[in-house]
Amino acid sequence: MTYEELLTSEALADERFIVMTAENRALVRNIYAHLGDRFIDTGITEQTMIGAAAGLALRGRIPVVHALASFLTMRAFEFVRTDAGIPNLPVKLSSFIPGFLSDGNGPTHQAIEDISLMRGIPNMTVFAPADEDDLLKMLPEIWKYPAPCYVRINTRKTGYVHAPFEWGKAEIIAEGTDVTILTYGLLFEQTLEAVKILKDEGLAVGLVNMRSLKPVDEQAILRAAESNLLVTVEDHFLTGGLYTIVAETLLKYQTTARVLPFALKEKWFKPSLLPNVLEHEGFTAKQIAEKILGYTTNAVQSKIAAQEFSE
Amino acid sequence: MTDSKTIDKQKLQATALRVREHIVRMATDGGCFAGASLSAADLILYLYSEWLNVSKDNLDDLDRDYLFLSKGHDVPALYGTFAELGLMDKERLKNHLSIDDNIYWHPNTKIPGIEFHSGSLGHLPSVAIGVAMDIKIRGGKNRVVCILGDGELNEGTCWEAMLVANAYKLDNLIFVVDRNQFQANMPTEELIPLEPLHDKFTAFGAAVKRIDGHDFDALHEAFSAYPFEPGKVNVVIADTVRGKGLPSIERRADRWFCNFSAPEIESLLKELHGEDTTQLTSETLVVR
Repeated sequence: MTYEELLTSEALADERFIVMTAENRALVRNIYAHLGDRFIDTGITEQTMIGAAAGLALRGRIPVVHALASFLTMRAFEFVRTDAGIPNLPVKLSSFIPGFLSDGNGPTHQAIEDISLMRGIPNMTVFAPADEDDLLKMLPEIWKYPAPCYVRINTRKTGYVHAPFEWGKAEIIAEGTDVTILTYGLLFEQTLEAVKILKDEGLAVGLVNMRSLKPVDEQAILRAAESNLLVTVEDHFLTGGLYTIVAETLLKYQTTARVLPFALKEKWFKPSLLPNVLEHEGFTAKQIAEKILGYTTNAVQSKIAAQEFSE
Repeated sequence: MTDSKTIDKQKLQATALRVREHIVRMATDGGCFAGASLSAADLILYLYSEWLNVSKDNLDDLDRDYLFLSKGHDVPALYGTFAELGLMDKERLKNHLSIDDNIYWHPNTKIPGIEFHSGSLGHLPSVAIGVAMDIKIRGGKNRVVCILGDGELNEGTCWEAMLVANAYKLDNLIFVVDRNQFQANMPTEELIPLEPLHDKFTAFGAAVKRIDGHDFDALHEAFSAYPFEPGKVNVVIADTVRGKGLPSIERRADRWFCNFSAPEIESLLKELHGEDTTQLTSETLVVR
């Protein structure tokens, strides 16, 4: 099952679905043949697409809209906030190549403040799947939820079989008292491997796939804070993403923790193919593990799959 | 909604005068955008009383017509029209700007009959497109009107929406431009010139009519010709006067937002009936 196959089957089963794109067809290339006039391509007009999606939602539709993450969340931000957020309409944002997934495009395409922006909108919910399996497990619930939803689309295959999706719940992959890593999105794959390296070095390591960032699983954060070290790993600016969510949560419960954040600190990342980007920015499994340990190891980093080009 | 019927022009004019009275009464104790409301009053009244299939009983029906106020500042004209046509209790207008009600400077859906909120310019053309698209998908016959300010046409999303509406051949969609020649502080042609506006919309693929937006016969003739051309978006450029009905504020750049004193309101109400002129002493907007 792919994203497009799932969307096609859900849309064929439910007349309310309208599939829209601002001429970003990578995920929905074949869907017109199945949906006909329930597929709408507005051209390179992210703002008009969101406004039109709001109009369609007013008529009882569930618009699932597609655009590159940076243009969907930034160029069309006010339309998302004003036309979907204020009236709490079920506009479903499928945000393509967020974070490091924009690899070679350059800073114009780097959506590394998208989670910060989207979670700041009242009524908006925010999700960041670890891989294709995680994505496909969460989408049916997201699409039937009667409010606007933002999904950081990630169709990479990791081979990991995720637990069923639960609204507002994190997925606890492993628990450990020395270190607990909180992460989301494509960096899940690197943290999974980092955990192995850390375990080989004798540490008791926990790993949590946050997957639902708003609503967020506060209990998972508070449990992680009981480890000797809490690590956040995200392809997002340090401000406004998971590190901020952790800080807000700890403050809310009047507790604290020793926290090591992996994030982009006041900078855009160097554009290149994804494996090079991860290496250059210090987000490979080996780099993450060694920074946590404070020393280098003999661990061998597995090969990181490149992204396929998509418009 | 029968387009071929004749209109009772005298009755419309009498009702329009009462709508203007409501607008003037809202232009105090905090005030409102009276100038922009007075220019749009006749066309909003015409549409609700003669053309749109919208009534108290069908506000949730999928086959009703839709009207979107994109410029938003003209909402006092809508409140006044709703009050006169029985869509809203006249007494409720006294709650203008009250913390206990939802009658404020921009449209919002807490008022039954208001289809969508506005205030940020250039948004509702796209929302109207979404509604018009859905009507097309369902094979409906209902119509979607979106009222735009002329100053609002500075926003690029208005023109982006024209491109998309043209691409999808939304001939069930009518953009009405309240062409009152002013944006907030300046005449449009002195700040960001719009003319030749008819040609601009035509070039974007629309079927365009330009009429006197205060002449009920002209409004009726134009809207009776709907759809103007099959497969084309309809555009009505309604030439209007900012502040129409109150000579003391008509066409004045500094009388955009109006917050008059109680004696001024009394005098302006007389002025509406041609009985007086008003010496305005309340604060005006600073014009550069």
